Amino acid sequence: MILEIIEQIAILLFVPPLFIGIINKMKAWAAGRKGAPLFQFYFDLWKLLKKGEVYSRTATWIFTAGPIISLASIFCAGFILPLALSSSPLGFKGDIILFAYLLAFGHFFILLSALDTGSSFEGMGASRGAAFSAFSEPAFFLSLAILCIHAKSVTFKDVFHALPWATWGFAHPVYLVAALALFAVLLAENSRIPVDDPNTHLELTMIHEVMVLDHGGPDLAFILYGSSLKFFLQAVLLVHLLLPLPSTNWYFGIFYLFIGVFGVGILVALVESAVARIRLSRVPQFLIGASILAVLGLILSFYKGAP
Amino acid sequence: MKIDSQEFLSCAVWIRNGEAVPLAEIPQYSPIDFRQNCLYLAHSGSRLAALCSFPGFSRTKEAKTILAVFADDAGSKVGLLFSVLGGNNSYPSLSLDLPQAQNFERELFEEHGIIPEGHPWLKPLRRKMDSYPFFRVEGEGIHEVAVGPVHAGIIEPGHFRFQCYGEMIHYLEIQLGYQHRGAESLFLRSSPERRLVIAESIAGDTAVGHALAYCMGIEALSDCDPPFYAHLVRGAALELERLANHTGDLGALCGDAGYLPGASWFGRIRGEFLNMLMELSGNRFGRSLIRPGGVRFGFSSSQIKDFLIRLEKIEQDLKETADLTFNTPTVYSRFEETGILTNETADTLGMVGPAARASGCDRDVRRDHPFGIFRFVQIPAAFVDSGDVMARALLRWLEIQRSLRFLREQLNGLPETALQVEIRSSRSDYAAVSMVEGWRGEIFHLAVTSSKGEIAGYKIVDPSFHNWFGLAAALRGSQISDFPLCNKSFNFSYAGHDL
Repeated sequence: MILEIIEQIAILLFVPPLFIGIINKMKAWAAGRKGAPLFQFYFDLWKLLKKGEVYSRTATWIFTAGPIISLASIFCAGFILPLALSSSPLGFKGDIILFAYLLAFGHFFILLSALDTGSSFEGMGASRGAAFSAFSEPAFFLSLAILCIHAKSVTFKDVFHALPWATWGFAHPVYLVAALALFAVLLAENSRIPVDDPNTHLELTMIHEVMVLDHGGPDLAFILYGSSLKFFLQAVLLVHLLLPLPSTNWYFGIFYLFIGVFGVGILVALVESAVARIRLSRVPQFLIGASILAVLGLILSFYKGAP
Repeated sequence: MKIDSQEFLSCAVWIRNGEAVPLAEIPQYSPIDFRQNCLYLAHSGSRLAALCSFPGFSRTKEAKTILAVFADDAGSKVGLLFSVLGGNNSYPSLSLDLPQAQNFERELFEEHGIIPEGHPWLKPLRRKMDSYPFFRVEGEGIHEVAVGPVHAGIIEPGHFRFQCYGEMIHYLEIQLGYQHRGAESLFLRSSPERRLVIAESIAGDTAVGHALAYCMGIEALSDCDPPFYAHLVRGAALELERLANHTGDLGALCGDAGYLPGASWFGRIRGEFLNMLMELSGNRFGRSLIRPGGVRFGFSSSQIKDFLIRLEKIEQDLKETADLTFNTPTVYSRFEETGILTNETADTLGMVGPAARASGCDRDVRRDHPFGIFRFVQIPAAFVDSGDVMARALLRWLEIQRSLRFLREQLNGLPETALQVEIRSSRSDYAAVSMVEGWRGEIFHLAVTSSKGEIAGYKIVDPSFHNWFGLAAALRGSQISDFPLCNKSFNFSYAGHDL
């Protein structure tokens, strides 16, 4: 039990920046560039942690607390989600609900600290962030609902155990539908193309980046690490849906997890390398599309009785 | 208004692009008549190319003068007329009836203290002010967003003030001037050798265009014509500059839209063109290639063979990249119907170059006022009429294809003659107009000589000077998140505007 908790912490602490590194490397290759080192994100975080912070005179404690609270809540969500095994050390009955809301809570505090600066850019970013997360939430919950209905439980452990691996995909297209909707949410919530561009320097088009313009030093490191962690967690959720992670064998679990996360990373990088960003006013359409897909899956799973 | 060709002709003295005219032949009007004649010329299809003032240009010593230059695109000629102002240095403003003049009148006000009476927004263009008044929209839910002059990317400084309702832009005011270096007054104070360096630095990405316009002016004043071979090399350099910048712009547009393959491929190919300019002139931006009287370097025969092979390869690569980019649905949906500039607006504002041609204004100095090699060889002018980001991207792609064809044709049968002719001294009391179609549009230079044959007045109009207001107009009513993409699709020069 203790060992499992330590392993869980180790994965949460050290793997997410690598995930970002893989995506960036892959994108560079697709564009014919060499790209930044695989571990660049670790160096960036280390550099930021050593720096000091600058606070605006108009900012209050919310601005300072935002990055810490956000990182803490995302980290807590990381404890609940099973990583390498199909059950997590701290899982409990109904943990899916808490997982979803911890992620939302973390996002909420980033929004608050952005609004707290009083800058017109950050206010704009916060309003975009709030609007688009309102659109992505239904898609996220509806696709989780598809999984929960079959397992008749809202606990990660039960849901992952109940996935019918032998006939996955062929007999149960609803899981594929859920995975697609979750992938769309993953792109939107983690500011990836086609919704947001993680590499843009243009303040007026940013969503996530513009909210953290005024943060620097360790605060920025917390935010960057926090968002990579969130990205990683949502990718792991997708991996659980697509790959049969074992319930006890930790070594197999780690192997599957890495393969799966690597695969999701490559998929994200390929999407980013092949399509352009959609117009900001069309982002709701993209997310509503994902929600409709999830509703469709939900209807299907009711229609056929048990999926 | 009925247009009488005789009356039209008699309003001003008409010359061709790259010609000089004795100052005494330029007709002088009273401020009221000057305004009437300017409006008449504008209504009869001419475009205001420049409105400026030269101290000491007037036949009476002290009074301030204003000189207007109109370009008659259909008739391939340029008309000049001027007026001497009274003691109060004011005249009735042209801007209300001729919006093309608004930026010029603000410049006259700032540089020479001339007051255009009735100008709607008489605010200095470039210099530092104690307070900057900005046009404001007020009301429930209206918020103001200020961007720049320090930007997040490595771009030139400019300040953009948006009046927004939510994500929608009601009004955008652009305040420039952070790059003001006093290019025009430096021209008067510098030696002829140094002037060329200044001309090449007016806008760093248009070194060839501005150097060419300067040299054409000097050649017109001294009545020399460079050898045919020099015209060819100049034309080739101008087109290489256009190719490099258009290709780079397409890449930057893809980059702003988050389309990676386009951004990296166009970006790489831009380097190919710059390398060719480098091999021709020793500088990636073609600096120190063009000199009054000719060019300093020509193509060697082995270079021509090499360039022809490379151009063929580049054309292939460009075609593949453009096909991929323009056939990607997400790129299409991002570019289309973004930042529409109507033909009417572009025409009213007197816009020039690709920005105007993408809105259906059919004007191209290379065809309308042919200069150098373009007097002998034509590049068909391209134009698109939808006026959106897609139009500006497509227009660049069309121009790239045509310039490539021109380059390959010209390099094929290159006659080897002298590179330069000796430049005589300038004629005294003359004014020379030189216009060049740079990659951003019409570059206009006007040189005036004193009675000793020295340059006594110099006016530079970069295409961006005409065009910046078009960006502000195109964005009214569109999304603030579309601004960066729109701005990139126009890609005006800050330095060229600020001089």
